[in-house]
Amino acid sequence: MTDSTARASHFIAHDEAAHDAHDADHKPGFFVRWFMSTNHKDIGTLYLIFAIVAGIIGGAISGLMRAELAAPGVQFLGTWTQMMSGSTNPDEALHLWNVLITAHGLIMVFFMVMPAMIGGFGNWFVPIMIGAPDMAFPRMNNISFWLLIPAFTLMLGSTLVPGGTGNGAGTGWTVYAPLSTSGSAGPAVDMAILSLHLAGASSILGAINFITTIFNMRAPGMTLHKMPLFVWSILVTAFLLLLALPVLAGAITMLLTDRNFGTTFFDASGGGDPILYQHLFWFFGHPEVYIMILPGFGMVSQVIATFSRKPIFGYLGMAYAMVAIGVVGFIVWAHHMFTIGMDVNTKMYFTAATMVIAVPTGVKIFSWIATMWGGSLSFQTPMLWALGFIFMFTVGGVTGVVLANGGIDNYMHDTYYVVAHFHYVLSLGAVFGLFAGWYYWFGKMWGRQYNELLGQLHFWVFFIGVNILFFPMHFLGLDGMPRRINDYPDAFAYWNNVATVGYGIMALGMLFFFVNVVWSLMAGKKAPDNQWGEGATTLEWTLSSPPPYHQFETLPKID
Amino acid sequence: MEALPDGVTMTFLKSLLLALTLIGAPALSAAQSIEGAAPPAAAPAAPPGIEPLPGPPSVDGSAAQGAAANPAPSAAPALPVIAPTPGIGVPDGRMGLQEQVTDVGRDAAYFHDIWLIPIITAISLFVLALLLWVIVRYRRSANPVPSRTSHNTTIEVIWTVLPVAILVAIAFPSLGLLARQYAPPKADITVKVIGNQWYWTYQYPDHGGFELVSNMLKEPGDAPAGQRTRTDADGPRLLAVDERMVVPVNAVVKVIVTSADVLHAFAMPAFWQKMDAVPGRLNETWFKAERPGVYFGQCSELCGARHAYMPIAIEVVSPTRFAAWVAAKGGSMPGGAPAAPDSTAASPITNPGAAGVGQPGVTAGDDLQTNPGASNVIDVVETPAVSSQGATNSRRGGTN
Repeated sequence: MTDSTARASHFIAHDEAAHDAHDADHKPGFFVRWFMSTNHKDIGTLYLIFAIVAGIIGGAISGLMRAELAAPGVQFLGTWTQMMSGSTNPDEALHLWNVLITAHGLIMVFFMVMPAMIGGFGNWFVPIMIGAPDMAFPRMNNISFWLLIPAFTLMLGSTLVPGGTGNGAGTGWTVYAPLSTSGSAGPAVDMAILSLHLAGASSILGAINFITTIFNMRAPGMTLHKMPLFVWSILVTAFLLLLALPVLAGAITMLLTDRNFGTTFFDASGGGDPILYQHLFWFFGHPEVYIMILPGFGMVSQVIATFSRKPIFGYLGMAYAMVAIGVVGFIVWAHHMFTIGMDVNTKMYFTAATMVIAVPTGVKIFSWIATMWGGSLSFQTPMLWALGFIFMFTVGGVTGVVLANGGIDNYMHDTYYVVAHFHYVLSLGAVFGLFAGWYYWFGKMWGRQYNELLGQLHFWVFFIGVNILFFPMHFLGLDGMPRRINDYPDAFAYWNNVATVGYGIMALGMLFFFVNVVWSLMAGKKAPDNQWGEGATTLEWTLSSPPPYHQFETLPKID
Repeated sequence: MEALPDGVTMTFLKSLLLALTLIGAPALSAAQSIEGAAPPAAAPAAPPGIEPLPGPPSVDGSAAQGAAANPAPSAAPALPVIAPTPGIGVPDGRMGLQEQVTDVGRDAAYFHDIWLIPIITAISLFVLALLLWVIVRYRRSANPVPSRTSHNTTIEVIWTVLPVAILVAIAFPSLGLLARQYAPPKADITVKVIGNQWYWTYQYPDHGGFELVSNMLKEPGDAPAGQRTRTDADGPRLLAVDERMVVPVNAVVKVIVTSADVLHAFAMPAFWQKMDAVPGRLNETWFKAERPGVYFGQCSELCGARHAYMPIAIEVVSPTRFAAWVAAKGGSMPGGAPAAPDSTAASPITNPGAAGVGQPGVTAGDDLQTNPGASNVIDVVETPAVSSQGATNSRRGGTN
């Protein structure tokens, strides 16, 4: 904790003369800098690299899934099983399917979106945006990141050990009991559970760090109501993490003891109840979906204001809409469980409560549009992603309103309609937010500008691809195709094939992304302090690109 | 447990070939799979038939009209297989909801198609229009000097209150729908449905308590020699089962759902029905199917390796045929009375959302009891239902 003490001394002495210039940019050696890091920007960079690696793996897994689903019948699972474990048992091949869907979900949620949004962009820009030299607990920040490495290793390793019918955890990302307890013998599910424990601990520590930083380390004059909306979004997200993740940790600990130590929390034959697990899981799981989208809201707000050259419209409404979404997000969880055999009054309550969330979400959508109204819009890559975000999130949002109706969900539940819905809010919502942030801050983070043409190509190809990929899933769901099946009746073939073609287009779009990253880092134009001009008003644009190793040795004053 | 399907046979050569096609030419594979979808779509050409001959296992499963290889385990006269009607009770690649054959389903489908879809489409288009407007009107070249407006209480109140009003307009019919779904009439029969890895069992406690084990039928060539395989009359691939759950038409069926191992979900899209099968819990739900025929659903909760291979098939038949079926299964009718009190009342279609699916009551199935084997092909759907189905489709096409 010596580091934070050192930072604190800067706090107290902020009106004294600045330290020597070389002090601010003194970097430790490679190993100390990257493996024992206490610098929020370096840790943010580590998180971003981690998220990209995890995203490649999670995205490749979805490619395998789309290849298998391109046509009716079992195409590749047998070959893949043989490649992975040498087994020719057809049931093991079918189990591999469940391992793929489980791994795709867990990786994208816990190892791609969350690390990128909170660990990556949150770490990079929250301290800078509030005028702080670093995070409140720099060493805790480091352990937050490094907990993810064993977590991810456990997750990937679980696919190599027995998990019931075949290798790997084939429980779905929800890890529902009793499939995850009595239904999955072998260490794979235990490894996956431990992986979630570690990832959860990492996120809880990160959340504590962000809350402390935001509450205690704002520069003079940076009141809560002057904070950029991205900081607001991370603050709300951190509270959701802090309140939701311990419940998940408890639930999966109970899974572990049910699996290994003879308890029967979720086993009816011992007085337990499988539905209890679902309540605990979704008490975490629903806030979790807002954890994944709120930082995206924050980034989109920054981008929209910047490229409209206009302050955000209805700032307070925007900030408190996020708070409202966070609060209401905790009391709607059972809409994920409408088919468990729920009492009608309970179902009515969760139907009504869920719909309430559409109100603050609508406030945000309309405020973004009002921000652009009367603005002076330019359409560089970050703005394209932000605009795409607004429309695609609206589409995902309105299908969410359909699903909120308990009497309608009866039909849609566990069909591809749900898959379409949550990919519209995550793959086209959260991921669009991530790309908006990535292009927006690319020059700031790496000191070199991204290539605009490649960025625009990335956006358009990806945008077309994901829509062809996910929109047909609405049709599949309405026609009754269940989720999580490796083979489907032939009537579903056409739209499945279209979806797989969409995946190919999306993958092509990602090619532009990777080429852009490599090319821009090596040969991109040098980024100025403020690449975006008068619309970019937050503190990071007052610093050099990349920012000095230690910024704000003298704290800025905000009027 | 002996009836467990022993694995889905995969021919790796075939999959390799498909892999090459997929990687090599996505367009080609698209064409292929559309072809793959063709057989069920082409099926209407052949009259939906019932093949009453309980003959020896067919050697050529792909023979026209799908000669049913009925195993006929007992000496009782085997009832003919009711073939599915394309577009009703089976998925057909459409872009909307399946045809509903229960009151509850028509209610919900009406609410979805006539109320929810227009509302969400309008909201999405409204947001899109606003976005396009600001993109065109306020692009930098058209509006070089931005305004500094950042507050307008009136509009903020409007865009908070208006969504609330829309949601209230959705919530009230939605809660009414829920209330109706949870208000079952007095049950005529009870069926206990038990999910197992990976098949369903159906028990008829009111009819002597006999039990059926319902396994997916394999494709000819995938099953061991001698085992019954799927024919077109049984239903589509992955949906056809060897033992269907049979219920009388227009009877209120109380369904008790539970599981013997992990979670499953008993789902029947055409009845707007889905209920999780949870070990240790007895979940109750109900339906009243108003159109004779066969309907298909699939297990809808991840239940392990063969989750995709435990379909649900429900056969809705005339009361007389139901009684014959119960007798054939070794059960007995309670009190000797048929279990469908209002089966004769062919109620006129009053619900505008119903669009005429399932003209109830009229079946040729009654003949079967008195004169089995007399007719080879029986239309289970009356002509009006088929034509009105086209009408509902075009309506949905418009709203999507």
